[in-house]
Amino acid sequence: MSGTFVGMPAFPAAAHEAVRNPTLRGNLRHATHTIRGKREKAVAEVSDWAQLREAGRRIKDHTLRHLDRYLVQLEESVTAAGGTVHWAVDADEANRIVADLVRQTGESEVVKVKSMATQEIGLNEALEAEGIRAYETDLAELIVQLGKDRPSHILVPAIHRNRGEIRDIFAREMGEWGRPAPEGLTDTPAELAEAARLHLREKFLRAKIGVSGANFMVAETGTLVVVESEGNGRMCLTLPETLISVVGIEKIVPTWRDLEVFLQTLPRSSTAERMNPYTSMWTGTTDEDGPQNFHLVLIDNGRTDTLSDEVGRQALRCIRCSACLNVCPVYERAGGHAYGSVYPGPIGAILSPQLRGTASEIDASLPYASSLCGACYEVCPVAIDIPEVLVHLRERVVQGGEVTRGGNKVLLKPAKGHAAERAAMRAARWAFAHPGALRTGQRLASRTRRFHPRTLPGPGKAWSGSRDLPPVPAEPFRDWWQRTRGGKDASE
Amino acid sequence: MSSRERILGRVRRALADVRDDDTPYEQAVRRDYLSEHGERSVEETVELLAENLADYRAIVHRCADEELPDVLGRLLAARGARTVLVPPGLPERWLEAVDATRVPDRAASTPHELDRVDSVVTGCAVAIAETGTIVLDGSPDQGRRRITLVPDHHICVVRVPAQVVSSVPQAMPRLDPARPLTWISGPSATSDIELDRVEGVHGPRTLEVVLVSGDEVAPLA
Repeated sequence: MSGTFVGMPAFPAAAHEAVRNPTLRGNLRHATHTIRGKREKAVAEVSDWAQLREAGRRIKDHTLRHLDRYLVQLEESVTAAGGTVHWAVDADEANRIVADLVRQTGESEVVKVKSMATQEIGLNEALEAEGIRAYETDLAELIVQLGKDRPSHILVPAIHRNRGEIRDIFAREMGEWGRPAPEGLTDTPAELAEAARLHLREKFLRAKIGVSGANFMVAETGTLVVVESEGNGRMCLTLPETLISVVGIEKIVPTWRDLEVFLQTLPRSSTAERMNPYTSMWTGTTDEDGPQNFHLVLIDNGRTDTLSDEVGRQALRCIRCSACLNVCPVYERAGGHAYGSVYPGPIGAILSPQLRGTASEIDASLPYASSLCGACYEVCPVAIDIPEVLVHLRERVVQGGEVTRGGNKVLLKPAKGHAAERAAMRAARWAFAHPGALRTGQRLASRTRRFHPRTLPGPGKAWSGSRDLPPVPAEPFRDWWQRTRGGKDASE
Repeated sequence: MSSRERILGRVRRALADVRDDDTPYEQAVRRDYLSEHGERSVEETVELLAENLADYRAIVHRCADEELPDVLGRLLAARGARTVLVPPGLPERWLEAVDATRVPDRAASTPHELDRVDSVVTGCAVAIAETGTIVLDGSPDQGRRRITLVPDHHICVVRVPAQVVSSVPQAMPRLDPARPLTWISGPSATSDIELDRVEGVHGPRTLEVVLVSGDEVAPLA
């Protein structure tokens, strides 16, 4: 993934910083609580939400199970409609393909629609290195780009900024990139949106190349779909002469009709709207309407590795709505930056360690960035059981085992720093397999309970630092059961 | 080996555990969701469309077919539009009462030229009541995608009830994916500042929808 995040500290250290920032806490709390309430209302409007969610899950699962077939079908449809399909195994290859396509046109700037895939591969930085300037046109992405910041939310990358901070960034930075912010800009959202409109307009009107992602690709028709609000997407998708769409291979749906499910669940889950203001759908190229050159770059970049994990592959169902971020108590407090990835929040905690592997400190810590409360699973419009995958990934981190990296099966070593946990589990396994020892141990623990410390010593200290040790009962359960025959004897 | 072969090979190896799953698509995807939400009469469906359009800040007008030229003339005059973009297949009668200079939708126009046009008038392909959405498909009465994007004022005429469906599932079979489609639900908006919705960013900041009845008797699908 993007080099932006290299050298990130593990989640607990990063979160530790974040929770001590009162402005950040306030901004996140305000934004996530606003959207939570609205989402509930929008979802309650459709009585068949559970059925739509189930249909979405099944469509995505079926597609993933036959992904090779649908990829080939998509390629045929897009090509037949006048597009050109490119395949990229990893981020470097995808960036090289896009840079080459831009260079062939002789242009040195592109306008971009907000896209998680291009964030993931670090396209802007790669283009910059080739002397090509990429302008982000989504309002939140613009705030992030102008503020030399990192995105902290899938849908609203500048969620960590409040209106006052946004005003300051616009007033300070817009002049560097093009048209400066209007004199006397205030912090009302309408004025800020107007400033962005004016700043970006000249860029849209002169743009020769647009770069986008896609929310969906329809295999049977070759249709790509971009769901948006501001109209910046429409600008980038229709005004330039050349359009380059960079899309993860998991974004396919088999049929045109499948869109009817996601066009109902996605807007309600992400911005809590019945429908987002603009959705663009295009199939290859159209004579004299929109870009006359269309390139689709399909990227793997860890997706096939994720697909080979029977439990973890469900993460590929994700439609990037961000409902799980908005509802997560951990995200609300730690913020998106602490996750050290373009995919923050609960979905990021299961997606990043699978796309990138669990070798780095941050990726090994992400499966633990959760209280396993399950709210993310509840709101997920494609029913990804995020807690299940989190626990599965924790097991992988602690125990190691066989995983697929870069298309090859490799044996993962157990992670460092979990020695005490492994020792405790081994001891527990031995004790439960030896009833005599277990009984003796339990009795000993009961009799000495007055002397038990409140916190664990040594390596257990960190664990009991934020938890109370459970009190040991005066009599072990098994003794009580034998003595009272399971409570039947009133003598108890 | 090409990247294409490499990726497809990786996909096939990754799916080794489900290689024998040959459940056909129709069986794997159960569709027990509703084709529309609630039961409504034709008139109620049109009413719901008007409500939902207005809820997302589109300005809704209703008129009979013979009143349409007057309504369009009045709306453009009230806006102070001096120029209006006209798709090639827009019925000529619609703009009879319009004073503004007509600008044809031409392939040769540059985006900068379009940016100097005040308003655009189009028809639509279908309108969806439950979501307050109008869909354009680039037909002759709607023109190229960019003409409804660059000007700041869009008037869209919807023939009711012929062009109105209740729900998204009912809209899909009416649309041709081979055509470039634009789904519009209210004017341009953003939720990017503190996740609060604000209208008016890059697309037309004013969307007026005229629901015109009476020129056809085609029943609701």
